[in-house]
Amino acid sequence: MSTSYAVTDSLTMLRRNLKHALRYPSLTVGVVGQPVLLMLLFVYVFGGAMKLGGGATYVNYLVPGMLMMTAGSATMPAAIGVCSDMSEGIVSRFRTMPIARVSLLTGHVVGNMIQMLVSLVLVLGVSFAMGFRPEASFGGWLLVVALLVLLSLALTWLAVALGLVSKTPEAASNIVLPISLLLPFISSAFVPVDSMPAGVRWFAHYQPFTPIIETLRGLLNGTPVGSNWIIALVWCAGIAIGGYLWAKKLFTRDVRR
Amino acid sequence: MTTGLAVTGLQKSFADKTVLDGIDLHVPQGTIFALLGPNGAGKTVTVQILSTLLTPDAGQAEVAGHDLLREPDAVRAAIGVTGQFSAVDNWLTGEENLLLMADLHHLSKAEGRRRTAELLELFDLGDEAKKVASTYSGGMRRRVDLAMTLVGRPKLIFLDEPTTGLDPRSRRAVWDVIRELVAGGVTVFLTTQYLDEADQLADRIAVLDHGQVVAEGTPDELKRQIPGGHVVLTFADPAALDLAGRVLGDVSARDDEALTLQVPADGGVHSLKALLDRLELAAVDIADLSVHTPDLDDVFLALTKQEKVTAR
Repeated sequence: MSTSYAVTDSLTMLRRNLKHALRYPSLTVGVVGQPVLLMLLFVYVFGGAMKLGGGATYVNYLVPGMLMMTAGSATMPAAIGVCSDMSEGIVSRFRTMPIARVSLLTGHVVGNMIQMLVSLVLVLGVSFAMGFRPEASFGGWLLVVALLVLLSLALTWLAVALGLVSKTPEAASNIVLPISLLLPFISSAFVPVDSMPAGVRWFAHYQPFTPIIETLRGLLNGTPVGSNWIIALVWCAGIAIGGYLWAKKLFTRDVRR
Repeated sequence: MTTGLAVTGLQKSFADKTVLDGIDLHVPQGTIFALLGPNGAGKTVTVQILSTLLTPDAGQAEVAGHDLLREPDAVRAAIGVTGQFSAVDNWLTGEENLLLMADLHHLSKAEGRRRTAELLELFDLGDEAKKVASTYSGGMRRRVDLAMTLVGRPKLIFLDEPTTGLDPRSRRAVWDVIRELVAGGVTVFLTTQYLDEADQLADRIAVLDHGQVVAEGTPDELKRQIPGGHVVLTFADPAALDLAGRVLGDVSARDDEALTLQVPADGGVHSLKALLDRLELAAVDIADLSVHTPDLDDVFLALTKQEKVTAR
C-alpha cells in the first residue's frame, strides 16, 4: 500500500506545498530580493572600483555567484517550511493515515526545488536587465540548467534535514545562515579568491560553493573551468545524498514529544 | 459481539518514567468507550500507541480487526484520529483541508467533492469553509478537525480530549456528532478528563491513573462502587452543631471549623423530610443545607486520591 501510492501521495503533498507558497509568497520574495539588492549594490555602487583583467564586465563576473547565493538563500524558506509543518498537529494526522510516508518529504523537496528554480529564473531575468551578457551556447545553457537543478536538489534535501533537526521555525531560519550568507560571501562570488588574504583564501578555495560558482562562470562566460566541474558535481552529489539520508533518519524516528 | 479494540498488557516508558504500566482494554464494535483520567495519567500516550504513532515497549493490541504491530498500514486504513492538538492545515481553507484528506484517501475527484460537501453539511460549516483555517475559532477548528477524521469513513475513531477548550454549546454539538457516528456502527475510543462527558457518552468507562486502569465498567457500575449520596448541613454556632450531632447520631463527617455535618442520605424527598423533622423536633436551627447525589466526580476522587486502589 505504501509503495504503490508513493507517487500519487507525493503529488498531493506537492500541491499542498505549492498552494502554501502561492498563498504566502513573502518568504519567496525575500529569497529573490536579497541577491537582487546585492547585485544592485555591487554593480552600481562598488562596481566602478572592481577592475577585472581582460576587459570583462563586473556584472558578467557577478551573476554566477548571485545564482549560487539565490540557491543558498532559498534553503531558508525550505527549512522553515519543513520545521513549522512538523510542529503542527497535521503531521501527526498524516502519520496515522495509510499514506506513503516518504510523500511528506518528497512533497516538500519537489515543492522547494520548484521555488528555488523559479527564484533563479527571476534573478537571471533581473541580471539581464542590468546588462548581463553571457557567451554560453545552447549546449552550455543546458549544462547550466542541469547543474542548477542538481544544486537545488542537493541544497533542498539538506534544508529539509536542517528543518527537521530544528525545534522551532526561528531556529530553522538561523541554522541555514551559513548556507545563505557565510558560504556565498566567503567564496569567489564577489571577487576572485586570489585577491583574498591567505586564511580566507584557503577557506574560500576549498568550500563547496566556489567550485560550483567557477563551473557556472565557465559555462556562462567562457572562463577556464579546470577541474572545478568534477569537484562541483562531487559536492552536489555528496550534499544531496547526505541530506537525503539525514532527513530520512530524522523523519522516521519516533514521534516527537 | 465483534471486537473493535482489544488491548493486553500495554506498556510504555520514556527514559526512566513509566507512562503505561500494563493496561488491558476491550471495546466491542459499535460502542463508545471512554478512557477517563487526570492530566498525565497516560491517556494521550495510549491513543498515540493505538493509532500507530508510538511503538509500545510491551503488550499486544488488535485495532479494528488488525494486529497493531504486524499490520500498521491496515490499522491506519481503518481508523480516524482527532488528537488533542488541532490537526488542521492552517494555510488551507476548511474545504481544502477536507479535499486534501479525500486525495490522501485516494477517493476519485467526484467522490472527494461529494464527501466533502456531505461533511461540510453535517458539521454545519457552510460559508466559513471558504476561509483560511488560521482565522477559525476553537470550536470551528475542532469541527473541521473532526470532519477531516471522517473523510475516509473510519471503522474506529480515536478522540483525544475532543472537547477540551470548547464552549458548552460547541461541546454539545461535538457530543451529538459522536452519538450519530456510533448510531452508524462506528466504534469510538475517547479520552477525557471531564466526568460528565464520559457519563453522557460512554457505554463503558475505564479510569486511568498513573498508567494503570484502576476501575472499569458502565457509568452506573462505577457509581455503585462508591458510597451513596449525602446531605451537608451547616449550622450557625458550635452549640447547634453539637446538638445536631447528638440528635442525628449517624454522621459520616463533621467539620468543626466550617460548622458542617455530613449525613448519609439516598437523595429522596422522604428521607430528607424525616431528617429535617428530627432536627426541628430538637429545635436545632439549620443555617444552610445541600444535597449531594453520587456522580462520577465522587468515583473519580475516590479511585484516584489513594496511591493504589483495587476496585476491580
